[in-house]
Amino acid sequence: MSVLDPYQIRSDFPILNQEINGKPLVYFDNAATSQKPLCVLDSSRDYYERINSNIHRGVHKLSQAATAAHEAARETIAKHLNSTRPEEIIFTSGTTDSINLVASALGRSNLLKAGDEIIVSGLEHHSNTVPWQMLCERLGITLKIIPVLDDGTLDLEIFDQLLSEKTKLVSVNHVSNAFGTVNNIIHICSQARKVGALTFVDGAQSVPHFSIDLQLLNCDFYAFSAHKVYGPTGVGILFGKYDLLCELPPWRGGGEMIKDVTFEKTTYNEPPFKFEAGTPNIEGGIALATALAYVNNLGIAKITVHENKLIRRAAEILADFDKITLYGPDDRTGAISFNFNGIHHYDLGTLLDQMGFALRTGHHCCQPLMARFGMTGTLRASFAAYNTLEEVESFGEALKKALMMLR
Amino acid sequence: MTITEKQQELLDELDLFQDWTERYEYVIGLGKKLAPMNEALQTSDRLIKGCQSQVWLDSSSQDGKMSYLADSDSVITKGMIALFVRVLNGESPEDVITADLSFIDKTGLKEHLAPTRANALTLMAAEMKKGALIATQG
Repeated sequence: MSVLDPYQIRSDFPILNQEINGKPLVYFDNAATSQKPLCVLDSSRDYYERINSNIHRGVHKLSQAATAAHEAARETIAKHLNSTRPEEIIFTSGTTDSINLVASALGRSNLLKAGDEIIVSGLEHHSNTVPWQMLCERLGITLKIIPVLDDGTLDLEIFDQLLSEKTKLVSVNHVSNAFGTVNNIIHICSQARKVGALTFVDGAQSVPHFSIDLQLLNCDFYAFSAHKVYGPTGVGILFGKYDLLCELPPWRGGGEMIKDVTFEKTTYNEPPFKFEAGTPNIEGGIALATALAYVNNLGIAKITVHENKLIRRAAEILADFDKITLYGPDDRTGAISFNFNGIHHYDLGTLLDQMGFALRTGHHCCQPLMARFGMTGTLRASFAAYNTLEEVESFGEALKKALMMLR
Repeated sequence: MTITEKQQELLDELDLFQDWTERYEYVIGLGKKLAPMNEALQTSDRLIKGCQSQVWLDSSSQDGKMSYLADSDSVITKGMIALFVRVLNGESPEDVITADLSFIDKTGLKEHLAPTRANALTLMAAEMKKGALIATQG
């Protein structure tokens, strides 16, 4: 397998070719959102220039072309995740929306009742905690938490003990946005299945970094956002097993999701349309498929290898600093989180920004996780295919300079 | 010196620095020199929780003049606080209430007042004015 050439890839991302405060931009905030290649930008423009029209049931040519492109996108996404049928792919506005969809639909189904239990982990983004909390409050369900060990991995022994016939759903992220921890989804899903619980996997931080095989993971739901995998903002995906999607009631009412409407009774459409009320983000869905095609063209396995090289080197460089704490396990993916004793992450982030380095500082929407480690936040560097080893090396130098100013 | 004159003086001082490094070091230094805020005063009702850093602010007035004590967990935020304190300490509550604090956006520093963001600095500026308002009602 040939290796990825990030310098060649960078020519696809015009935004990277700029200076911040007179210094070349080094974009290490990819876990928040990735930049978009020209082909994705072209895809959106092309859609509006050539075929813009509302989809489904259109009698005219443009509507048929837009519908075909939108449904072809659904197929591309299904294939990318190794889902067996495109009907299992629902377009949403993002991972958060996907989670809320399932929480809301489950709340209306007869699959949950007071006294049941839902399990999430201590590593979750607020978006994979709060919707379940809201559901629990509404239905009198108990939320249980898989504890996080000191190395930033989940305590799976406790997880096994938390499972019981009361457990109705387990929802965890595939990769932690804060620490880069890769969770053992196969184990979590198979254990949950033994007690008859449904499984939801938040794939926002995994889809950009390695290949996803839903047949292997065997989870009931999987979600991700387009904008973190070189696609546009405002569009995301929910995968759900087909039979389950048939069983779940819809969550939003409107056009597209119905079969027949009378004032007495409305019957609902089949999945995926049952969950897609209203005009979707048509060009966004198409541009997401373009982004995934771009990823596959580069080679997702090559991206994984390249990014691992970057993150390992970053960890080596950081580990050489005095008074530093690195969070997460050594095999972290996508993001590396750290703090310096006695120095505020915000101060370091501010000075690094002055030198052109875009990092994220703060709690990363994981306040319970921050509290678990007794801190208010961390600095986080997160990587994409277009980042280079040269950038990682220069980051180490910039960090030295910033620390000198603050100590 | 009026509040406006004090602001101009500060901006002139910052203008002496060509390099951002020196400018930040100067501001961080001002923060370090800021009058210490007794830990007993760092209570939850004086805490301003920004999206990144936290600020403790105590406003008081004596003989018609405002007096501010403040601290932060971030040294850069603390330096920015020092700029506000220097400009507003010893001024009448009325002058503080009507003061235009947008000078902070001209400092050449990244930090600025952002009406739509919950940054500690914006919240603190509002709290300083609120302290002055309470002083006029007291």
